[in-house]
Amino acid sequence: MEICVASIVNFRDVVVKKMASLDRVKVLVLGDSGVGKSSLVHLLCQNQVLGNPSWTVGCSVDVRIHDYREGTPEEKTYYIELWDVGGSVGSASSVKSTRAVFYSSVNGIILVHDLTNKKSSQNLYRWSLEALNKDSSPTGVIVSNGDYDREQFADNPVPLLLIGTKFDQIPENKRNEVLTRTAFLSEDFNAEEINLDCTNPRYLAAGSSNAVKLSRFFDKVIEKRYFTKDPSQLTGFTDRKRFNFKSLHYD
Amino acid sequence: MSFFVDSVIMFTSQVFFFGFGWLFFMRQLFKDYEIRQYVVQVVFSITFAFSCTMFELIIFEILGALSSTSRYFHWKLNLYVILLVLIFVVPFYIGYFVVSNIRLLQRQKLLFACMVWFTFMYFFWKLGDPFPILSPKHGILSIEQLISRVGVIGVTLMALLSGFGAVNCPYTYMSYFLRNVTESDILALERRLLQTMDMIVSKKKRIAMTRRQIFQRGEDQNKQTGFWGMIKSVTSSPSGSENLSQIQQEVDALEELSRQLFLETVDLQATKERIEYSTTFQGKYFNFLGYFFSIYCVWKIFMATINIVFDRVGKTDPVTRGIEITVNYLGIQFDVKFWSQHISFILVGIIIVTSIRGLLITLTKFFYAISSSKSSNVIVLVLAQIMGMYFVSSVLLMRMSMPLEYRTIVTEVLGELQFNFYHRWFDVIFLVSALSSILFLYLAHKQAPEKHMGL
Repeated sequence: MEICVASIVNFRDVVVKKMASLDRVKVLVLGDSGVGKSSLVHLLCQNQVLGNPSWTVGCSVDVRIHDYREGTPEEKTYYIELWDVGGSVGSASSVKSTRAVFYSSVNGIILVHDLTNKKSSQNLYRWSLEALNKDSSPTGVIVSNGDYDREQFADNPVPLLLIGTKFDQIPENKRNEVLTRTAFLSEDFNAEEINLDCTNPRYLAAGSSNAVKLSRFFDKVIEKRYFTKDPSQLTGFTDRKRFNFKSLHYD
Repeated sequence: MSFFVDSVIMFTSQVFFFGFGWLFFMRQLFKDYEIRQYVVQVVFSITFAFSCTMFELIIFEILGALSSTSRYFHWKLNLYVILLVLIFVVPFYIGYFVVSNIRLLQRQKLLFACMVWFTFMYFFWKLGDPFPILSPKHGILSIEQLISRVGVIGVTLMALLSGFGAVNCPYTYMSYFLRNVTESDILALERRLLQTMDMIVSKKKRIAMTRRQIFQRGEDQNKQTGFWGMIKSVTSSPSGSENLSQIQQEVDALEELSRQLFLETVDLQATKERIEYSTTFQGKYFNFLGYFFSIYCVWKIFMATINIVFDRVGKTDPVTRGIEITVNYLGIQFDVKFWSQHISFILVGIIIVTSIRGLLITLTKFFYAISSSKSSNVIVLVLAQIMGMYFVSSVLLMRMSMPLEYRTIVTEVLGELQFNFYHRWFDVIFLVSALSSILFLYLAHKQAPEKHMGL
C-alpha cells in the first residue's frame, strides 16, 4: 500500500474511505461508562436483554437489520452498524486520540445518558463535540474552544438521537422533573428522545411510540447517507442489493 | 484563657481542613458522578481534617506554638477521634454500602452491616498477635492496642507505596527508558484495528441475516402442511445454526483481538506523547530529576538492606546528624538550637506536604481507574480508611526524623509502642516492594518491544 507523504491525517482518511466505499450505515453509540450502552445495543440488535454486562474496552460493534420505509413500496433492507465506543469523557488524551479512529465517516449518533445520574447527561455535550469534531464531513463548522454551541447542532448533518436509560429506577414522584430535564436536553441537541429501561424489551415493542421514533431515526440516517443530493455523497445513488448478504463478505 | 484561645485556633484550622477535604471530594474525586449520599462526603472530609490536624500539631510542637498543656490535650483528643473514625465509623459504613449494593440483603441492611463490622473487628484484633508491638503491660481496650494495629497496617501501606514510587518515579521521568515510537507504527496499528472491526462487522452481518432467514423460514414452515411440508421440514438441515455458532466463535476471537489492539494503540499513543513531552523544557527538567531520584532510590534500597542485615535502627535523626557533621567536620559554627528547630520544621513540613499531595494524587488515579457508578461510595470510603491509616502511621514514623526534644510528645501520647519494630517493618516491606517493582517493570519493559516486532 502506498503511503501518502502529504500529511499523516490524509493517509488515515484515505485508508478509512477505501473501506467505507463498501456501503455501510454507521451509527455511533456514545455516553459515559456505566449508563448502559452495551445493554442498549444488545437489545436493539438481538432483541434480548444482555445478561452479563461488563466494561467495554475499546469499541464493540453490533449489527441491526432495518427495513427502510417499512410498509411502503420503497421498502428496502439495510444493515445498520451500531458502534458502541467505551470510555469516559475525562480519559487520557492517548485514549481519546485512539478513540478518534472510530469516529470517522459516521452517519448518525445515539447519545445515551443515565436518567438517575445528572452528570452523565451533562457530559453528553462533551461527547457530541468530541465525535463531531473528528467527523470529516464537510460542514465547515470549526469549534475553536470546547464550548457547546447550539447553532452547531441546528444544522448538523449528522442525525442525533437521545436515549435515557434506567427509567425504571426513578421513583414516581421524580418522573416529571426528570422528563422536563430531558426535554430541554433534546431541544438543545435538536434530537428526538427515548426513555427506557434496557432490561425490559417492552419499551421497544413493535408499534410503541419508542419503536416508531427509533425507526424514524434510522430512516433519517439512511436518507442522509444515501438519498441526499449532496455532491460529496454521490456513491449513495447506485442501487445495492443489501439483503443479499453473500455479496458482502470479503474475508 | 490561653487554653480557650488555643482551642479556638485548633477548631478554626480543623474547619479549614474539613472544607478543603469537602472541595477535593467534590471537584476531583466525584467530578463524574452525582453525589447522592452526603454521609460519604462528610466522613471523607472528617477523616482528612483530623489527619491534617495531627500534622499541624507536630508542626506546632516544633515551633513551640500554643501552650504545651493544650497541645497535649488536643493530641489526645485528636487521637481518640481519629481512632473512633477509623475503627468504628468508616468500616461500618463500608459494610453498609457494600450490603446495599447486593440486592438479596436489602431487607436487613443494618443487621448485615453490623455483622460485617464484627468480622472486621475480629480480623483487626487478630492482626496484633504475630507482631511484637506492645509490652504486655496493657489492658485490652487501651489506646495503645488500637494504635499499634492501625500502625502496622498503615506502615505496610506506606512502605509498599514508597517502594513502588521510588522505583517507578525514575522510570517514568527518565527518557532513557522510552521506547522509540514513530507515527507510522501507530498508523499501522490503527489500520489493523479498523480492519479487525470491519471483519467483525461483516461476520455479524452474516449472523444477523442468517438468523433472520431462519426466523422467516420458521414462520413459513409453520404454514406448510401436508406430505411435502413434512418432508421439507425434515430435510431443512440445522446447518444454519451450526454455521452460526462457528461464526460466533470467530467473532468472539476477533473481538478479543480488537480489544488488545485498542489497548496497544493507546499504549503507543501515550508513549508518543511522552516522547513529545520530553523534548520540551519541562520534560528535560523532569528527565534530570529522574537521574537524581534514581540515585536516591538506589541509596534508599542500599540503606534498607544495611539496616536489616546489620540489625540497626538509626539512633539519631538526619537533622541532628547533618548539624553534627557540619559543626564537627566542616568547622562551621552556628547556633545549633535555633537552626535545628528551623531545619527540622522545614524538613518535616516538606515530608508532610509531599506525602499528603502524593497520597491524594495516587488515590485520585486509583479511584478513576477502578470506580464505577455503583461502587463509587464504597471505594471512596475504602480510600478514606487507607488515607487515615497512612497518616497515622506517618506520624509514627516521622518521630524518627525529629530531634529528641520534639519526639517526647509523640512518645508520650502514643504510649509505649515499640517504635523500633515499626522502622524495621518499614524497611523490610520497602525492600520487598522496591525489588518486586524493579522486577515487574523490567518484565513489562522487555515484553513490550517484542509485541510490536510482530507488526
